[in-house]
Amino acid sequence: MARQREEDLEHLLRRAGFGATDAEVSAYARLGFLSFPTAAAHLTNYGVQPDDVDDHIGRAGYAGVTAQAAFLPASNINDARQRWLFRMVHTRRPLQEKMTLFWHNHFATAYSKIAGAVGAPEAARMLAAKPSEDPGRVKGQLELLREHALGNFRDLLIAVAQDPAMLYWLDGRTNVRARPQENFARELMELFTMGVDTFAEADVYAGARVFTGWNLARPGAGPAQHYEFSYNAAQHDTAAKEFTFPIYRDGGRVIPARAPAAGIEDGRDLINAVVRHPLTGPRLALKLYQYFINEVDAPDTALVNEIAGIYYARNYEIEPMVRRLLLSPQFRDSSNHYKRYSWPVEYVVRAVKEVGWTGFSVGDTLTPLVNMGQQLLEPPDVNGWELGRGWFSTGGMLARMNFGAQLATNQKFNLRDAFRGQALTPEELVSAALDRLTSQEYSAGSRAALADYVLAGAPWTGSDAQLSTKGSGVVHLILGSAEYQLV
Amino acid sequence: MSITRREFVRGGVAAFTVGFSAPLFLSDLARVHGQSRRNLVVLYLSGGNDALSTLIPYTDAQYYARRPTLAVPAGTVLQIGSDSAGNALGLHPRLTGLRSIFNAGRLAIVQRTGYPNSSRSHFEGTDIWSTGDPSSPQGTGWLGRYLDRLPSPVDPLTAWSTVREIPRTLLSRTVGVPSIPNAQQYAFASPNGGADAQYARATAARISSHLPVDQPHLSFVNATAQAAFATLDRVGEVAAYRPSVAYPNNGLALALRTVAGAMVNGVGTRVYWVQTGGFDTHAGQGTNVANGTYPTLMGTVDGALSAFYTDLSNQRLLNDTLLLQFSEFSRRIDENGSQGTDHGAAGIMLAMGGGVRGGLYGSAPNLRMGADNPTLENTSRDVRFETDFRSVYATVIENWLGGDAAAVLGSRFPGGPAFL
Repeated sequence: MARQREEDLEHLLRRAGFGATDAEVSAYARLGFLSFPTAAAHLTNYGVQPDDVDDHIGRAGYAGVTAQAAFLPASNINDARQRWLFRMVHTRRPLQEKMTLFWHNHFATAYSKIAGAVGAPEAARMLAAKPSEDPGRVKGQLELLREHALGNFRDLLIAVAQDPAMLYWLDGRTNVRARPQENFARELMELFTMGVDTFAEADVYAGARVFTGWNLARPGAGPAQHYEFSYNAAQHDTAAKEFTFPIYRDGGRVIPARAPAAGIEDGRDLINAVVRHPLTGPRLALKLYQYFINEVDAPDTALVNEIAGIYYARNYEIEPMVRRLLLSPQFRDSSNHYKRYSWPVEYVVRAVKEVGWTGFSVGDTLTPLVNMGQQLLEPPDVNGWELGRGWFSTGGMLARMNFGAQLATNQKFNLRDAFRGQALTPEELVSAALDRLTSQEYSAGSRAALADYVLAGAPWTGSDAQLSTKGSGVVHLILGSAEYQLV
Repeated sequence: MSITRREFVRGGVAAFTVGFSAPLFLSDLARVHGQSRRNLVVLYLSGGNDALSTLIPYTDAQYYARRPTLAVPAGTVLQIGSDSAGNALGLHPRLTGLRSIFNAGRLAIVQRTGYPNSSRSHFEGTDIWSTGDPSSPQGTGWLGRYLDRLPSPVDPLTAWSTVREIPRTLLSRTVGVPSIPNAQQYAFASPNGGADAQYARATAARISSHLPVDQPHLSFVNATAQAAFATLDRVGEVAAYRPSVAYPNNGLALALRTVAGAMVNGVGTRVYWVQTGGFDTHAGQGTNVANGTYPTLMGTVDGALSAFYTDLSNQRLLNDTLLLQFSEFSRRIDENGSQGTDHGAAGIMLAMGGGVRGGLYGSAPNLRMGADNPTLENTSRDVRFETDFRSVYATVIENWLGGDAAAVLGSRFPGGPAFL
């Protein structure tokens, strides 16, 4: 039976989640989701849904994972990647994972540099351990981002500034009084908050001194031994620091000299200042607008300004900004649908959800994702991935097409069974496949090309053998089409 | 039409790759018409290469004073003589291959390259070096604009990025640049073998020929797919390249090996992009430690460039090839507390090839602190530029690629170093 299309709902689940299976759309519809605000509230209030997705790893009925021996997501980076992908496919809190992905790109931290310093298992732990599973109660950066996914931006920034993975990634662990380390202070201003060309070199020097002594300790013993943030008062530069932009609400630009024991307040003052900076709200608002509404056309400046206003009015809470975006008329405006280039992980997860996962392991997406240009927990640099058209090199496009081939091959028999009885003609097979995948509307010419493909080689009988060959073939071609690359 | 069937997908699930036999390419036509086979390979060292550790002023006492743990001992540097200002200079000890090329007169080193008010941002700095426009580093790249000025139709393999993204340097208004990080994987897979795989490829090509003018985002993706289909088979031939020397097993060397293969196969590419990272050495730079971070970086560059140079020499392609290296900035003169160096300003550029007049160009900085020292800036923290990087680009465009430098760069940049 053809899917009942609920375009607004499917759009919401693609943008605020990773797409939806037929069954999920029906289930959401039964929950009263046809009222769009109810649906959006359901997604933003994800806290009422149990965070139990990890319990399903390895269970029948879910996508598989591929492990060498044991599945060790807190010490093996590929297992950590698989756990995150599994969550994206099966979570009942899709917006939480979607925002976690957003913050992972915003605070882009790469595993390889950390692994080079502390070894592979410790680096994976630093990035992905859950406190409940770790003998030292380590909360990896990914869990930190999940926790604050729709929380308060200031709290998130403080947590990130004290996150061991970040302290390795931007070298804060070695930032000491005698020779300050500029890396974190620069990126805090340039990438995490205000933006490039909004500050002076003098601010970088002053900022580096602010964070002197924000280092690491390694308490515990045995398996509980772990890295954690430690303010090292003896290594803090206690002298005053002057900035070119206001640090305090009264316009004061100087962080005062403080006793060593109180020096950690310097960092809090600077983080408060950059969070409050008049360019931080608009910058975050634009990033969120392009993530949720439209990155293809010129931004709707009125809406971006409104979101930036909410950022300041609601004391840097993220949830009201995102909720407003989802409930805005612009979100539902069909001219904004399919106006964002999917990130490779979005493409892969949506394809798995829509094509099927019985007998498929999320481990089989890891190499294709590398070829598409998005290896999770390994962004190319602290600026994150090159979004939008940046994903679509020829090599990246072939990698997407080839993942489509791999998935369609894997699901050949499931697709045959799904299409049986729905494909009396080539056109019906094409319709059934397009119906299964929530692609943007296909042009008549493209539909005709797909129907010609179904007919190529032999007259159409609709036999099981043909359904298996041409069903997987048509699905592959849709997954590889331009229309399917957009969300 | 030929069909190759080989297993493509892991996990015991077979898909099939499809190839077509090669038609007559524009490059062949160009060859027949006796056009130039010259090519340019741009090498980007990402992260901001510490030029003072690549080209070492080993007689400057300030170098040792300002880098107490990171200075390379004078006795270990590979001396290459003095620049025109009389500064004695040497290469990092791991650059033995480059020293041989320098001694053969085929490596030029342009000192203190940069631009006024150097950006210390990786991303803005890279954009500036890519566009050649410090005041507005958006839009197309300098080589993209060179491609834009080539007579149409421009063959889709005229440029080749060996990384997954298209670097801004190659971003063009009218010419799609393929990204081919791995020639072996640059193939089209299908769930079915045999004739059906051929139908699938033909259908995918047909669907992607749809370029709706009212949906430029869709047209863009389809144009990318079209460029992939137009380059697949020629690239497939490159994947079988057997080089004349063993290349080291690292990303840069393998990329250069692929570049050499493309040249030997005469695919017609004129501009290649290769890149290697890890130069953002804020901590633990280990400049003078046996297997330290920086020596490893130098070893990677040296091994890859040496193999490439020798391979091209054996293949008699050296005279057709120019390799040009840059990085987004160099690093601060003083080391920081993490035995590393933070973001700085002017650095060096390297040019290597059979047509290069080797040697040291420009003058080394004087590392003495003081407002009266014109070779430094930012209260003597960083090296000030002497040669505008765009004058180097102008030299390459005019004297190597035969393009119109003023048109490509938007202005004339005379007085570039005469290494070509």
